[in-house]
Amino acid sequence: MKLLFELSKDNRRLNLIPPCDVEQVQLDERHLRKEKLNLPQLSEVDLSRHYTELAKQAHGVNDGFYPLGSCTMKYNPRIDEEVAAHPNFLGLHPTQPIETVQGALEVLYQSKQLLCEITGMDDMSFQPAAGAHGEYAGLLLIRKYHQARNDEERVNIIVPDSAHGTNPASATMAGFKVINVPSNSEGGVDIEELKKVVGKDTAGLMLTNPNTLGLFDPNILEITEIIHEAGGLCYYDGANMNAIMGRVRPGDMGFDCIHLNLHKTFATPHGGGGPGSGPVGCKDFLKDFLPKPTVEKDSNGYHFETPKDSMGQVRSYYGNFDVVVKALTYIKSLGKEGIKEASGNAVLNANYMMNKLKKYYDVAYDQICMHEFVLTLEGLKHETGVSAMDIAKGLLDYGIHPPTMYFPLIVHEALMLEPTETESKETLDEACDVFIELHKMAHENPEHLHTAPHKCLIARPNEVDAARNPILRYVFKND
Amino acid sequence: MFKTPTELKYAKTHEWVKEEDGLCVIGLTDFAQDALGDIVFVNLPEVGDEVTSGESFSDVESVKAVSDIYSPVTGTIAEVNEELLDNPALINEDCYNAWLIKVNDVTDSEELLDSEAYQEVCASEA
Repeated sequence: MKLLFELSKDNRRLNLIPPCDVEQVQLDERHLRKEKLNLPQLSEVDLSRHYTELAKQAHGVNDGFYPLGSCTMKYNPRIDEEVAAHPNFLGLHPTQPIETVQGALEVLYQSKQLLCEITGMDDMSFQPAAGAHGEYAGLLLIRKYHQARNDEERVNIIVPDSAHGTNPASATMAGFKVINVPSNSEGGVDIEELKKVVGKDTAGLMLTNPNTLGLFDPNILEITEIIHEAGGLCYYDGANMNAIMGRVRPGDMGFDCIHLNLHKTFATPHGGGGPGSGPVGCKDFLKDFLPKPTVEKDSNGYHFETPKDSMGQVRSYYGNFDVVVKALTYIKSLGKEGIKEASGNAVLNANYMMNKLKKYYDVAYDQICMHEFVLTLEGLKHETGVSAMDIAKGLLDYGIHPPTMYFPLIVHEALMLEPTETESKETLDEACDVFIELHKMAHENPEHLHTAPHKCLIARPNEVDAARNPILRYVFKND
Repeated sequence: MFKTPTELKYAKTHEWVKEEDGLCVIGLTDFAQDALGDIVFVNLPEVGDEVTSGESFSDVESVKAVSDIYSPVTGTIAEVNEELLDNPALINEDCYNAWLIKVNDVTDSEELLDSEAYQEVCASEA
């Protein structure tokens, strides 16, 4: 398929833009570019076809089953889009006078209240643009807290070995040292090992519960207590919130601050760039450190405030506001009971699939799972030579997006499946049939899987070459 | 069977160590490069940095994951292999020549294994 730059023809343009009705001003010479921009020149129809073609080559939730573990690729209801596309939201400008955007502020305020209720937090900022950004803001809360108490020796963030890769990365970015704590044989945090690494240098713990193995840590209260006794704070990574929303609250598990992924748990489109939204929430004693601005309400209505010891802005304006509108629409259309039912069905669907598949594939931790589960294909690979990668590629020929592969790192040849609550029993059955067929194929015709997919435009891109010799931009003729 | 030259010493965390002209040369073993897969990026420390036995001094990135590399000795970095920055594939191609760092003024070292003992570690983890 040709790139926009390759489709470009000099002086081809579209003539549908109305004449400018704003007075034109000539900028000062020093602000002007010296060279012409290399912009592609196309007609609207060619441009439109180009993007439609690109869309046809992608696989989204609306194309088929998408059990990408830890990503919560649930269906995004159309009503979210309808509300977010309301002209009164679409036409907003971020610097409009506050009295003209009271409705928008109400959206942020209500979302804060509802999400605080769901998570057991006391306050929240919607500034962070997505999950890892929310983690970073959460860690800055922890850092500000220790700094405010002149407790500067607390430099260690404890992270379990099953954590998302973003956790140690965010902790390092926030200036902490990462201490790994191993998992026990049930897939939870090893309590004895945790006790060994806490001390006066413990700034905090980062944990997602249920963890990346899809298992709820039954020792969670003991874990958070160990950290608190050592003087550290507990940070909850909301990546797997879909398993527990409406049922258990991070705030009640002993967590002091959290981030949520509105784009996962609260059904807004993501993958391929989002945009996401990763609000950071906290208990009362941390709220003075939150990013600014936060939304507050008094007798005159809604207004923005800067928390007393705010870490400052972590993004321009108010975060990805339209994503918050969609998330609020989702919460309100489900209601209190619906939220609870969604997490219940997410767990039920995962257990249903796991139990159907475990007659064929090895489950890494064979126990009741939460919203996702992890298969290990180590045995299958040993027996047939077919790897987790081969099975993932094989799924593509059946119109199924592969599960998360080779993660968590503590499981070899891992496939991590998260079916989500929005899939019907029929869809789950069909997907299980495909998995079972691929298992059979691994034994009968492994070569077919080594060379899969056979029906996709792109089969096995050379990831190594792409990483070692990345082509980062188009090379123009006149470069 | 992974290559474990007998003239080298080994750390349990899959680094090899060799004495050369009074310096301690450290690299990744055959087992490590095989487990990591195709290495696409190496993050090296700087000359003059201190390394501590048992602590990470570098990380390598493969298509699969980013992994820490631990120093088997305590000392000061005298040289880093900058060739790896442009060509990380050297570790996959020839791990026992693609050294990462050379350490000076070594004051401490963890207990290192000989080729035979290290083979057993590999066998138990494979």
